[in-house]
Amino acid sequence: MTVTERRPGHDAPVAPGPAPARLRAGTLLAACAGLAAVALLAVLVGPVRLAPGAVLLELAGRLPLVHTHSGLSAQEAAILWQLRLPRVVLGGLVGAMLALAGAAYQGVFRNPLADPYLLGAAAGAGLGATLAIAYGPDTSGWPVDLLPMAAFAGAVAAVAAAYALGRSGVARSATTLILSGVAVAAFLTAIQTYVQQRESETLREVYGWILGRLTTAGWREVALVAPYALVSTVVILLHGRLLDVLAVGDDEASSLGVRAARVRLIVVAAATLATAAAVAVSGLIGFVGIIVPHTIRLVAGSSHRLLGPLSLIAGAAFLILADLAARTVMTPAELPIGVVTAFFGAPFFALVLRGSRQAP
Amino acid sequence: MTAIELRGVSVALDGRPVLRELTLAIPSGSRLGLIGPNGSGKTTLLRAIAGLVPCRGEIRLGEDAAAGLSRRELARRIALVPQNPAVPAGVTVTDYVLLGRTPYIPYLGTESRRDLEIVASVLDHLDLAGFAGRRLDSLSGGERQRAVLARALAQQAPVLLLDEPTTGLDVGHQQQVLELVDTLRDDLELTVVSAMHDLTVAGQFADHLVLLDGGRVAADGPARTVLTERVIRQHYHASVRVLEDPGGGIVVIPVRPGRPASEPAERAERKVAT
Repeated sequence: MTVTERRPGHDAPVAPGPAPARLRAGTLLAACAGLAAVALLAVLVGPVRLAPGAVLLELAGRLPLVHTHSGLSAQEAAILWQLRLPRVVLGGLVGAMLALAGAAYQGVFRNPLADPYLLGAAAGAGLGATLAIAYGPDTSGWPVDLLPMAAFAGAVAAVAAAYALGRSGVARSATTLILSGVAVAAFLTAIQTYVQQRESETLREVYGWILGRLTTAGWREVALVAPYALVSTVVILLHGRLLDVLAVGDDEASSLGVRAARVRLIVVAAATLATAAAVAVSGLIGFVGIIVPHTIRLVAGSSHRLLGPLSLIAGAAFLILADLAARTVMTPAELPIGVVTAFFGAPFFALVLRGSRQAP
Repeated sequence: MTAIELRGVSVALDGRPVLRELTLAIPSGSRLGLIGPNGSGKTTLLRAIAGLVPCRGEIRLGEDAAAGLSRRELARRIALVPQNPAVPAGVTVTDYVLLGRTPYIPYLGTESRRDLEIVASVLDHLDLAGFAGRRLDSLSGGERQRAVLARALAQQAPVLLLDEPTTGLDVGHQQQVLELVDTLRDDLELTVVSAMHDLTVAGQFADHLVLLDGGRVAADGPARTVLTERVIRQHYHASVRVLEDPGGGIVVIPVRPGRPASEPAERAERKVAT
């Protein structure tokens, strides 16, 4: 939207609105198309190659009122529906949540180094997972595993503790909050390491979890993450404009009529739910929450109104690709996905940084 | 009519009293200059009026008690230009000025066409239309200060609080910014309260000066009665000479006591002669 008022004698263009709506819609549409292409690629590639046409027909056949015959064998259909698709969907969800939470954390804390694990979510989830692995009962007969539940609870509890600790200080500033997050994380990591050393037979499993993986992906895990993902996404995207206001600092945001501490609490709560849900099903996948939002910032600017949705889409695409690499590079063995995100993500990020003339 | 009234306002920061029982009435449409040595409470007074620090006593804005107004309502009545405004990375001038419309945009809503029109007219008014699409962090100090003023004006508040609005500007840009504020005050019938560092400039751009010292009003009145050599010595512990400017107004010049201004030059001449 542009304002067409002009004063005679001024050659300069009149102020355009913030990121014209048409441009925004176009960018988002292109990003969605890219994500769809990446997802399709990831579904097709694996020990058994699936034919693209047949897969598209098979997928279309699940739509209401559409009847198709895809030509996939029963075994191929099972691979598609039970193995590939849930894994791609889960990878996309996890990547989207980590990237969106990262962008939100960087926004509310005005700190480019903030990642979704800033307030102790990783340490809390790590402790929860370690406790579940070391002391948890055998849950193979349960409808839901104990491990993701424990990791989720640990992550949420850690951030809540950091928030409570940060609030009780004299100044409820962002810095106090970050420092109390550091304290909580250090404390919980100490306990986690202690438990891990005492129960050394669990070491391997805990270590594998910490490196992150999507190997256990199934529709059950997708169902576990999806509700939190939906709520967090809606809340964070709706706060995009307010995150832009917070960029001038708590004080100036207050003088503009925004209660900064309250906005921060709401956004941190939503981002924490997203992070905890992602961590619960995939372990600790690092780097996505920092590299994806920063890459988007360099390409599309720093306004959260575009940064949020684009981080969501790019995060999903990035993690689907990383998982594809993780399961194909060393077939039949799998690399931990955290290793892949860092190995491919870091050089890519360095290239993007070099290529951009202005720092974020 | 009184725009802002303070009755026995006290503020303590970390238990240290900064403003003590301050009572002050600011008529609407006036240009008030707040002066005083470092740490005398100028910034805190502005922040108290803007509702950014908790205070005891009563602050009234027109007919209403400030304590009874919501954050949004306060932001519609008072615009504050801080001494060191944050410059968010990568923000364009338009987006930055649009932040001033925040108190009028619903909590989770987006700006309306009207908000964009107001931003465009403010940019035009401040001769910033050519910078609309530029990044704020690429502007020079003077241009940036105009953008910050534009954001404050976009709030359409009848009261404008300026905390040392010319910090970091050279003498020419200082004058430009202050003249601009003066013009805007006339155009928009604003009440302007500015904390000022430079006493001469304070005398030139304010009808009324309030000298704070130790969180109290130490002197209060037109420049001619407040800016005297005795008052400045007493509260700033500074040696100054106050001169009458033939063009009107007064000039405050710092001097070094016991050393006539010409002495170093004479000494240098003597050195050359020997």
